Amino acid sequence: MYTILDKVQLTEGIFKIRITAPWVAKNWKPGQFVVLMVNEAGERIPLTIVDGNTDNGMISLIFQVVGRTTALLASKNAGEEVFSLLGPLGKPSEIKKFGNVIVVGGGVGVAEIFPQTKALKSLGNYVIGVIGARTHRRLIFFEELKSICDEVHVCTDDGSYGYRGFVSDLLKDLLEENRTIDYVYAVGPVQMMKAVSELTRQRRIRTFVSANPIMIDGTGMCGVCRVIVGGEIKFACIDGPDFDAHLLDFNTLDSRLKTYRQHEAEALEEFRRCKCDGWRESFS
Amino acid sequence: MDGEKVSARQAPKLLPPEERVRTFREVNLGYTEEQAKKEASRCLQCPKAYCMTGCPANVKIPQFVNEIRKGDYKRAIEIICETNSLPAITGRICQVEMQCEKACILNKKAAPISIGLLERFVADVALKKGWKKLTCKPSNGRKVAVVGSGPAGLTVAGDLIKLGYEVKVFEAFHKPGGVLVYGIPAFRLPKDVIEKEIKTLEEAGVKIFKNVFVGKTITLSELFEEGYDAIFIGIGAGAPIILNIPGVNLNGVYTANEFLVRSVLMNAYLFPKYDTPIDVGRKVVIIGGGNTAVDSARVAVRLGAEEVTIVYRRSEEDMPARREEILRAKEEGVKVLPLVSPVKFIGDVDKHVTKLETLRNQLTTIDSTGRPTPIPIKGSNFFIDADMAILAIGQKANKLFTQTVPEIKLDRDGYIVVDYGAKTSLDRVWAGGDIIGGTATVIQAIGDGKRAASNMDKTLREKHAIDMVTYR
Repeated sequence: MYTILDKVQLTEGIFKIRITAPWVAKNWKPGQFVVLMVNEAGERIPLTIVDGNTDNGMISLIFQVVGRTTALLASKNAGEEVFSLLGPLGKPSEIKKFGNVIVVGGGVGVAEIFPQTKALKSLGNYVIGVIGARTHRRLIFFEELKSICDEVHVCTDDGSYGYRGFVSDLLKDLLEENRTIDYVYAVGPVQMMKAVSELTRQRRIRTFVSANPIMIDGTGMCGVCRVIVGGEIKFACIDGPDFDAHLLDFNTLDSRLKTYRQHEAEALEEFRRCKCDGWRESFS
Repeated sequence: MDGEKVSARQAPKLLPPEERVRTFREVNLGYTEEQAKKEASRCLQCPKAYCMTGCPANVKIPQFVNEIRKGDYKRAIEIICETNSLPAITGRICQVEMQCEKACILNKKAAPISIGLLERFVADVALKKGWKKLTCKPSNGRKVAVVGSGPAGLTVAGDLIKLGYEVKVFEAFHKPGGVLVYGIPAFRLPKDVIEKEIKTLEEAGVKIFKNVFVGKTITLSELFEEGYDAIFIGIGAGAPIILNIPGVNLNGVYTANEFLVRSVLMNAYLFPKYDTPIDVGRKVVIIGGGNTAVDSARVAVRLGAEEVTIVYRRSEEDMPARREEILRAKEEGVKVLPLVSPVKFIGDVDKHVTKLETLRNQLTTIDSTGRPTPIPIKGSNFFIDADMAILAIGQKANKLFTQTVPEIKLDRDGYIVVDYGAKTSLDRVWAGGDIIGGTATVIQAIGDGKRAASNMDKTLREKHAIDMVTYR
């Protein structure tokens, strides 16, 4: 039912797949996600919808291998199916004419800001991309963003390409140019989003981030994705995943994300040991 | 003779506690044929059947019990299925002591007839022998969509397929059954029982689409565009209430929904065979006093917790959970701490829960629920060690679906408002189960489903008659 049309490895450990899901393709909006199970014994994991096409009923998902489920998904090939896929879930991102907008993406987050970037640009915003990766060969979606954004600024942690440093450092430099910035949207690791939030808070720039807590059902039923926003408990799956960065409690988000980290590592290790053919090669 | 009869309510065989704590196998093993017959013959066959007044599904209790007495199980299941499509489920989890069995006239003399276990006995026989088939009228050419595959939705599906409708069920999860598969552990309701009951519906022609969240994947208006004549909404309440005390977001603090979804639906207890993990603590504290609290406690025991304590703010007698299940939980080593209210969760440097601070309560005047109000005793604070805590303090209306259909009128708490015929404020849309009234029982949802199905049928037939006249 949910057939994989194709799979592309973007860089080490990051894959893009296109899956048949006609209703999701028809009704999705930037900022929304799906909850997917690779097989019947699998976990339910949330993945951001990066693109969708009503004509052919396909959606694009981009994911990084972090645990057993994502590793398993990465081992699937074109023509194979995934067991379950539910979506589009979550509230769509706020897309309107803000003026000058900075979209910030780190790691796999660079791909996740793609739909918002496209939508913001189509409404006539001046869109500046600020993207980064650990090193040059791990940088993804640069060309895609370059074709849409008015400017794209790139950094790498090791300086192998573009600015040397974190996206937050690069953003800081940009903000210090004292151009008028009306809106910032950031997706990436918690610490990155937190750093971005601190920078824009001082300058009172409206900033939204996409929270990435653990989820199960994705429909507001289990409460595992609870985050604190402006002192109140919100569920990222139905009240988000986008939240006002200046109200989101990043520390709680970060600590709750660690709940199953050990299990994740163990399960991934177990998966790697089990010699699933072809899987190792795709990483080495 | 009478006295002798009524004194001998048959006790079912139970799995011994020491075996239970290591397995998710069903605890109550039900009646043997001999026991069922003996129990059935205790029934006085009252001309005015009080028991039926206590059944939201209107099961013809004296009739089916009489058939069991005679040994005609095939006829017995036919009688039950006339009004209840899910007897193997209701026979296990109905709160019979508050419903049919409470209304049984034998209560005046001794123990009531064990109606639940008799229903279960005959339903199991039928499933085993493959007798349970729904008899359907020929197709009437009309299409109905059911949103949600819990007890309310499945009931509507069963009732309408029998009347000749084309029925499609839309389920958000990857497995149908709603609360039956994500909320009720296998030791109370084995998974194969649910699967078999659903299979009976599918064999009768009900089509179930999984992974569809109506309102998100497909909107209600898109469903109507697909040609459905009527839609039933049975999506459950579905949003956990998070206790408003400090420390509630520490790691190791779960909602019962999360805990049960992980362990019951996603089979976390079989990690790493199943991929969903669960980190069961050594010392587990559960907050709440309903069936969900007791189920969570018993799951925790089976997942290897050393000490499992239920903390409840009222007295033990006022716990809404079934007596029988509280008793079973205690046999399995669960401790019940009544008259205690949670104050605050305390965590370690890794933000993981380590203790629960609580206060003792005293009971005062009767409140609006008819129970004495618990009031905290100042300075009675004490701590309970816990490396896992489960919040089982109830649910509220999940607005994810309803906010996509503003035409459907909601009450103050976000539940769907329906009329006596289970009809919502939106044309051709009916609703039932927890989304119309808050957390209730499975049989209540089944009752709602029956009411909705019969009114949907009536309305659609009337409309059809009007259309026919207009076309002429």
